[in-house]
Amino acid sequence: MKAVCWYGKHDVQVKEVPDPQILNSRDAIIKVSSTAICGSDLHLYNGYIPTMEEGDILGHEFMGEVVEVGSDITNLKMGDRVVVPFTIACGNCFFCKKDLWSACDNSNPTPETAETLYGYSGSGLFGYSHMMGGFAGGQAEYVRVPFADVGPMKIPDHLDDEQVLFLTDIFPTGYMAAENCSIEEGDTVAVWGAGPVGQFAVKSAFMLGAEKVVLIDHYKERLDLAQEQNENLQTINFDDTEVYDKLLDLTGGRGPDSCIDAVGLESHGTSPDSLMDYAKAAVFLATDRPHALRQAIHCCRKGGTVSVPGVYGGFLDKFNFGAAFGKGLTFKMGQTNMHSYMPKLLSEVEEGNIDPSFVISHRLKLSDAPMAYENFNVEKNDWRKIVLTPN
Amino acid sequence: MHHNETYDRNRQRFAGDSSTNIHTAERVASAVSGGALIAYGIKRSDLTGALISLAGAALALRGTTGHSQIYDALGIRTASSHANPASPYNKTWLSGTVHVNKAITINKSPAELYQFWRNFENLPQFMKHLESVTASGEQTSHWIAKAPLGYTVEWDAEITSDVLNEKIGWKSVEGSDIPNSGVVEFLPTSNRGTEIRVSMTYESPAGKLGSLVAKLFGEEPAQQVGEDLRRFKRLMETGIIMSVEGQTSGRKEFAKARAASA
Repeated sequence: MKAVCWYGKHDVQVKEVPDPQILNSRDAIIKVSSTAICGSDLHLYNGYIPTMEEGDILGHEFMGEVVEVGSDITNLKMGDRVVVPFTIACGNCFFCKKDLWSACDNSNPTPETAETLYGYSGSGLFGYSHMMGGFAGGQAEYVRVPFADVGPMKIPDHLDDEQVLFLTDIFPTGYMAAENCSIEEGDTVAVWGAGPVGQFAVKSAFMLGAEKVVLIDHYKERLDLAQEQNENLQTINFDDTEVYDKLLDLTGGRGPDSCIDAVGLESHGTSPDSLMDYAKAAVFLATDRPHALRQAIHCCRKGGTVSVPGVYGGFLDKFNFGAAFGKGLTFKMGQTNMHSYMPKLLSEVEEGNIDPSFVISHRLKLSDAPMAYENFNVEKNDWRKIVLTPN
Repeated sequence: MHHNETYDRNRQRFAGDSSTNIHTAERVASAVSGGALIAYGIKRSDLTGALISLAGAALALRGTTGHSQIYDALGIRTASSHANPASPYNKTWLSGTVHVNKAITINKSPAELYQFWRNFENLPQFMKHLESVTASGEQTSHWIAKAPLGYTVEWDAEITSDVLNEKIGWKSVEGSDIPNSGVVEFLPTSNRGTEIRVSMTYESPAGKLGSLVAKLFGEEPAQQVGEDLRRFKRLMETGIIMSVEGQTSGRKEFAKARAASA
């Protein structure tokens, strides 16, 4: 089969590789019909995530048709059309039973590195480094899905791939980010990052009853898209507006009740702290560039919540923890507990309350992946969300 | 007894002093893997590579000094706590008595876990180095462990204590190549599953057999027991031990294999 393989920083190639096989009795093999490139795939592309190995197959947003099942799989049959969550979970452990699916104890075959770095390992992830299990990803014609009795969710025929593909990661991720804000009547939610996760966080914050939502970015096309999608949205372009002042103004001096960092470890910006982050990351004195997170902490009102769906991997420099303490902030973060959200959000799509396909900017073939990665990495205005189809 | 001189020298070279907070075996592993990481990191010549090199340098440093700044910061001390620093014999894994204590929590009842363990023939399913355990009587069993280069190590064991759903103790019969004993306890919690606590002791002989045993149990017996317990947890909770062994990738060996078969 053809698969998108990682060979190093800025080196992604489509290769002919062996077809995946059933390795455990709870596996299934899916023939991929649609797969997407995630902003977090760019962290791999840019070499920010350690423990990648040459030849690793990328991709954690994918869906398709069941073509083979292991001996313990009874919930799926050949031909079922499914979406697959990017977090792999066993459904049996303490964490899965508590709905903390992304903290699954049993799905990472190689938890030792994460245990050394983090104390404990989270769940295994598709196509996201050997620290997270080294599972082959879904930017391929076929993919092995472990714990297939727990993860894959069946999709009714009348829904298109594009309407449901983002149930595999970014829609639930944006939704959990908004849910983590525990939105109350009259709340203002500020969202940093108008990428796909930020777009879904905005939609979800409105769905969950936020009175005001403010989106912050400097890619005009992305802010414009969000404005088209959400009539009542306020946007701030940080290239020409002072974010803190504007947020104070929009909230009558109170500050946003919750702040969502949908940017993560490769934050952009030209403020002094951003430039220091670039410099330090370049000489390895820090691993992550947390400018958006610092600003979110600074802007959040007293007693508010900072919710972080953006991915972080290592150590943050000049982290304004004093501000967080001084204002008594609550922090909520982590990989999405996918399995808890997928059925509910599928209903939202089925009932026509949201059509997640609005984030798509490019529809390409799997074989176009190297070009897509290259462009997505540098052309953030035009390249927002890429869907790849095999063949 | 044929005492190998090299082992004695190694003992002295690696015997810890009071400023070390890292177990000797871990120090050797740190030094070696640290060097390998530096080399690998430099070879990659990208950001990840540089990070790996830095991590490698830190590892190599702790390997040669026996002191980890990171461990200090985290309050971790892995240097043997039961050993008397004055006695080199307690600091080595090459021969002498090795004690291992390890615990894990499993989301199953004590009864389910006890029953699986009590049937010793099940143990090779999660104890990586066991080839087989065969019950030879009500209280006795025959154990065969895999050793490097196709060798096996065998011994007979008898049950020393057996409390239904609570505890199983065993010890090797007199005259075994590797005298060993252990106890596993199955402790209920209020709502967190069952705590499994394993305590094991074995006498590692000197000489060729000793080095086989050292390889068999690894340089970090506690880590190995920990890995076995993790496999036990996974087998009990999920019915399988999740693996990626044998999965597809775009690595070069596949290309080579294809070229060879074409």
